[in-house]
Amino acid sequence: MKRREFLESASLAALSTTTAIAAPAVIRPASAQSRAETILLVTESGPNNFDIHGVGTNRPGYEVSWNCYDRLMSHGTKTLENGVESYDRDSFTPELAEEWDLTPDSVTFKLRRDATFHDGTPVTADDVKWSFDRAVTVGGFPTFQMKAGSLEEPEQFVVVDDHTFRVDFIRPDRLTMADLAVIVPGIYNAELIKANATADDPWGLEYTKSNTAGGGAYRVTRWQPGQEVVYERFDDWKSGPLPQARRIIWRMVPSAGNRRALIERGDADISFDLPNKDFAELAAAEQVKTASTPIGNGIQYIGMNVTRPPFDDVRVRQAVAYAIPYQKIIDAVMFGLARPMHGGSNKASEPVWPHQHGYDTDLEKAKSLLAEAGYPEGFSTTLSFDLGFAAVNEPLSILVQESLGEVGITVEINKIPGANWRAELLKKELPLISNFFSGWLDYPEYFFFWCYHGQNAVFNTMSYQNPTMDELITASRLAAAEGRSDDYERDVKGFIDIAFEEVPRIPLFQPYLNVAMQPNIEGYRYWFHRQLDYRSLVKS
Amino acid sequence: MHQVIKRLGSALPSLIGVIVVTFILTRALPGDPAAYFAGPAATAEAVEEVRRQLGLDRPLFVQFFAYLGDLARGDLGTSLTTGQPVLTEIATRLPASAELTLVGLLLSILVAVPLGVMAATRPGSWIDHLCRMVTTAGVSLPVFFTGLLLVYVFYYLLGWAPAPLGRLDIFAFPPPQVTGFYLIDSLIAGDLETFRAAASQLALPALTLGIFSLAPIARMTRASMLAVLASDFVRTARASGLSRRRVIVTYAFRNAMLPVVTTLGMVFSFLLGANVLVEKVFAWPGIGSYAVEALIAGDYAPIQGFVLTMAILYVALNLLIDLLYGVIDPRVRLEG
Repeated sequence: MKRREFLESASLAALSTTTAIAAPAVIRPASAQSRAETILLVTESGPNNFDIHGVGTNRPGYEVSWNCYDRLMSHGTKTLENGVESYDRDSFTPELAEEWDLTPDSVTFKLRRDATFHDGTPVTADDVKWSFDRAVTVGGFPTFQMKAGSLEEPEQFVVVDDHTFRVDFIRPDRLTMADLAVIVPGIYNAELIKANATADDPWGLEYTKSNTAGGGAYRVTRWQPGQEVVYERFDDWKSGPLPQARRIIWRMVPSAGNRRALIERGDADISFDLPNKDFAELAAAEQVKTASTPIGNGIQYIGMNVTRPPFDDVRVRQAVAYAIPYQKIIDAVMFGLARPMHGGSNKASEPVWPHQHGYDTDLEKAKSLLAEAGYPEGFSTTLSFDLGFAAVNEPLSILVQESLGEVGITVEINKIPGANWRAELLKKELPLISNFFSGWLDYPEYFFFWCYHGQNAVFNTMSYQNPTMDELITASRLAAAEGRSDDYERDVKGFIDIAFEEVPRIPLFQPYLNVAMQPNIEGYRYWFHRQLDYRSLVKS
Repeated sequence: MHQVIKRLGSALPSLIGVIVVTFILTRALPGDPAAYFAGPAATAEAVEEVRRQLGLDRPLFVQFFAYLGDLARGDLGTSLTTGQPVLTEIATRLPASAELTLVGLLLSILVAVPLGVMAATRPGSWIDHLCRMVTTAGVSLPVFFTGLLLVYVFYYLLGWAPAPLGRLDIFAFPPPQVTGFYLIDSLIAGDLETFRAAASQLALPALTLGIFSLAPIARMTRASMLAVLASDFVRTARASGLSRRRVIVTYAFRNAMLPVVTTLGMVFSFLLGANVLVEKVFAWPGIGSYAVEALIAGDYAPIQGFVLTMAILYVALNLLIDLLYGVIDPRVRLEG
């Protein structure tokens, strides 16, 4: 009897828990759309937030922001040497703004009159101002990125009339226009977000985390975090030609082997972030279409902490630079899918970055430099890397360890979990690291401002400080803004030469962004943000 | 009934212990969530700003009482990596893991128990050797390897299995949720097509788990059967001239089931949390991969929620096993 009582109550309890946890019912669409109008995309991980203004939005989240929000301007396209279509850094094209008038002190945008947000509300200059105010106010990454283009104060953003919007400059800066075309200054549906904001959260960041409140070409209709994102096309999109794909299904497939199998079997249309080995094999097999593009302004490097011995001695740093097995790393770690950064000269020939340097593997030279610096027997140190990027870092570190061992430098490898890596970088105590940095804005002075300038930003992982370098960087930014190209060239070459001579960080290679897709997918375009733009994709 | 309440009462201190320990452990983990979520471009000030936003700048005991307060209201917090409330995520992911584990375990039992029984009744025979071989192979092949091998053979080479893309084909839609188990929900909805789709997605991962859990179940069945077969009452039964079938099935098998049920319970709870690798291989939206991803990001709320859920499950499972004992063997009482 007691048992029966128990069973009854237990089943009741079970019943009530299941009803309590029943998630919102998934609505079945009346008709399933045909596969031909849908693109299936597979990647390792998915977004954690749809809004790039949010706290801690990850890279896949940038992709949602890019495709679901419009910006005032976009970039034109060009075809790279490898035949891949790419954005063109130097040309700006209309997106939400039909035209603009650029003067030395400001830029005035004329907005499209027919553009609406996904909910049908017309887009006005008030929405643009609210969105820009939000970007420079919420703090964290968006504010930082706006600042990179000298966009700092809400007062800079002026509503002239419903469809005219002006940005006032606080200083001449060549990067301002480029920074207006990155992901951060997207145009948000101000009224919709305000209606969903709370006193604690005046900018409605909670709402936009899982709702796309914009007017871009796509909007998210279904999201299961860590599993899939489903987009539908916004059919009333006015800021460009209507994209071909009605629906994008983006699935997260953690296993790289399976991502490869899915693309080879023809089940997935596009696969991003395949390991280099798999990608090299896919490209060789030529069964699917592949595109590899060097990541703009992106360099994998070995950084040395110059604030303490032994790396405070420039001869030690040069010795390490001569002891790196450059070619082996390109072949065995990257499977050739990278542009080497060695094989150039330590005197810059052009004002471009990334630039090839003049160091090469020369163990004898390394040994004599070490002896000169007072380390004939070598020394011991630790090489650290982010475990989140172990696929490249681990074999790379082992090759470096082996090679440095031959000149007497004993290297211990220190793998730091992803959660810990940034905190460690901020402390600036690691003696030797393997790391990657890329800048959205593809300009040498931008890279150097963050990575070599004495302001000692977190990306200056070496804590390198040199007043001459700082002067050259500042001068080059001003020269660029004022259009003095000869001065610009001299300054850029000048700071590249110092970076190579003093070598606080050793550039190893410029990695490729690799994409594999079915032969019937056209219109892939490389973007500085390294995410996929769905709008140009065509499936035949 | 009274005993059940008593048992549940005795489980309370362990739950409280779990809450305290996970809270302290997650804080003691190396890693700084503020630095992680401030993003790659953060300055030291930006990190502090994020720390303040996340409430991580408050003293530990203040954070703890805030956490307890949330718990009391049934709020497990929000995951920073996925941006979703932990409770909803666990509620959608737990059924996925449980369905996979249960089906895997069922497959495993169907093979392992008969195999163990046969091996025990004919020690030293070919079937005994087969049992030994199968269990050794099952336990020594890592699950991700078995999983990838099955995907390679049945999806990539033969094309029999569907793409390893989680619980359903991308163009199928999940059945209306009742239990969260797609197999059951699709039957409730009378949707045989979805049932078939869900079952075919489930086949390979369940097989992978089944192969892995064969070993402990088969070995335990064999050992326990051997012990029972050597006992006095079996000898008496045999001497009384009962048929071999009756001796083995009715008398020996039932008595040998007790340790097997205990093993089953352990294997189930172990698999539920530990099949992360299978979930990764098959893009299965389960609870294990959720917890591991949270751990990598230093995301406290999901880790705490996961451990708490697991603790509650263990307690419930142990209770269930105790009750099963009573069903299998009336001599065993809950008091015992």
